[in-house]
Amino acid sequence: MVAANATAHPLLRLASSVLAFCRKALAIADLDLRKLRRDPTELVTRAIQPALWLLLFGEVMSRSRALATGTTPYLDFLVPGILAQSVLFIAIFNGISIIWERDLGIIHKFLASPTPRAALVIGKALGGGVRALTQAVVVLLLGLALGVRLRLDPAALAGVALLVVLGAAVFSTFSLIIACVVKTRERFMGIGQVLTMPLFFASNAIYPIALMPGWLQTIARLNPLTYEVAGLRTLLLPGFAAGEAAGVGLPVDVAVLVAALVALVALAARQYPKIVQ
Amino acid sequence: MSVRPSAVVCRALTRRFGAALAVDHVDLDVATGETFGLLGRNGAGKTTLIKMLTTLLPPSSGTAEVAGFDVARQASRVRRSIGYVPQALSADGDLTGFENLLIFARLYDIPAREQRARIAAALAFMDLSEDADRLVKHYSGGMIRRLEIAQSTLHRPLVLFLDEPTVGLDPLARDAVWGQLARLRREFGTTIVLTTHHLEEAEQLCERLALLYQGRVSIVGTPDGLKQGLGPEATLEDVFAHYTGAEDSVHDGTRAAHHQRRTAERLG
Repeated sequence: MVAANATAHPLLRLASSVLAFCRKALAIADLDLRKLRRDPTELVTRAIQPALWLLLFGEVMSRSRALATGTTPYLDFLVPGILAQSVLFIAIFNGISIIWERDLGIIHKFLASPTPRAALVIGKALGGGVRALTQAVVVLLLGLALGVRLRLDPAALAGVALLVVLGAAVFSTFSLIIACVVKTRERFMGIGQVLTMPLFFASNAIYPIALMPGWLQTIARLNPLTYEVAGLRTLLLPGFAAGEAAGVGLPVDVAVLVAALVALVALAARQYPKIVQ
Repeated sequence: MSVRPSAVVCRALTRRFGAALAVDHVDLDVATGETFGLLGRNGAGKTTLIKMLTTLLPPSSGTAEVAGFDVARQASRVRRSIGYVPQALSADGDLTGFENLLIFARLYDIPAREQRARIAAALAFMDLSEDADRLVKHYSGGMIRRLEIAQSTLHRPLVLFLDEPTVGLDPLARDAVWGQLARLRREFGTTIVLTTHHLEEAEQLCERLALLYQGRVSIVGTPDGLKQGLGPEATLEDVFAHYTGAEDSVHDGTRAAHHQRRTAERLG
């Protein structure tokens, strides 16, 4: 195969390396899926937290009407926010798996194989994306059970799936970079805890940005989670895009997340080899 | 093109960590098809050297070529040509033996239609066919090591690097691993570079040895040649002590006691 590549047209060669890249990223993601199928306990325990947020926090806050969400009922406003939250929470600890795999020596073998570093990173990010999809199913079903009116046409659902995978990939890759920098499980857990809360509260997940003080609004606008939440609201809530709480628009939300992902993958691909050095 | 290149060539290969010199101007030549041992105490620089040769760690200075490719400038071609078994037992316990091989078949670009046959052959070669569908966390240490050798040779590498391949294995498992490595060399002509501080392993498997001390190569030679160089009665243990800096800490008296005990053991 290598010999055939060497004599082929440059375009063919490029196409074949792009294909090989995708195949390898999928092979890495496939490992996570096989493990998840064998032991889905994590997904069940992970589903408890969003359920509590919707059932306890959501019910109380929607009764108190303390948070102005325009014409959208608070619980409706909250469901996409909690969906984004569970995407964030499941993805932000994804990086710890590479510390495990480094301690086992598995990462050493991946890095000694002819696999582009970025394919290793994207494979991990996709694995995080699929985990997050399972959470999306749970949160949407809970939302429906609580009587939230959600758009569930195929186009909206496809868009939601795409945004969930994209968001999870962004935060998984961020988490991977942290793992490569801190290198030990203990430090990683500490930093993971410290990062999750600011990312969550400095976003529009549980209240509109308009309610925040100016400095926090600035931070929230730099936070990728804000765009994840805004995109999910646009897709899931009928009429949200036209309402006064609408964000910058779905194309911009997606573009921001894609740009964040590209930047983070580029950085992670440089950091990844350092975890074994 | 008439002469095949050496499998591994190092010239003044050096790696620093801050002020510390882990590998210090190492020159080495490993011939194609040879089984070559890097012998030294903990911290002598064996693992750092292997990490540079497997492209995991960039050299601070000097050069190294593996299978004719420069480890710094042609890393991806080096990676295609080598197999690597790191020090830790590094198969994924949450996957089956088959799955552990499948991932490497995919990462090494083995065509999809050949993957199953290649994996089945590798499992059979390592005597693991019956355990292919069991989760690796239920494997013994020796089985995991053999699975790892199967992983690292699935793509028929020209050079196989093993970092302390039998550390932590019981004698039976160790013998099985030695047997498979010898077969690999016989049947496929694979060049093998391994690190060890296990003298019996070095003597059994390696045609030539390099003894490392504080990041430098003290001496290179065949096990027999090294022993004879020290004297007619010398053992590989003496060679190890002499060239890896152990001698200053071992008194002649205890060495003599060692000799006596070994002689007693030999005579039963």
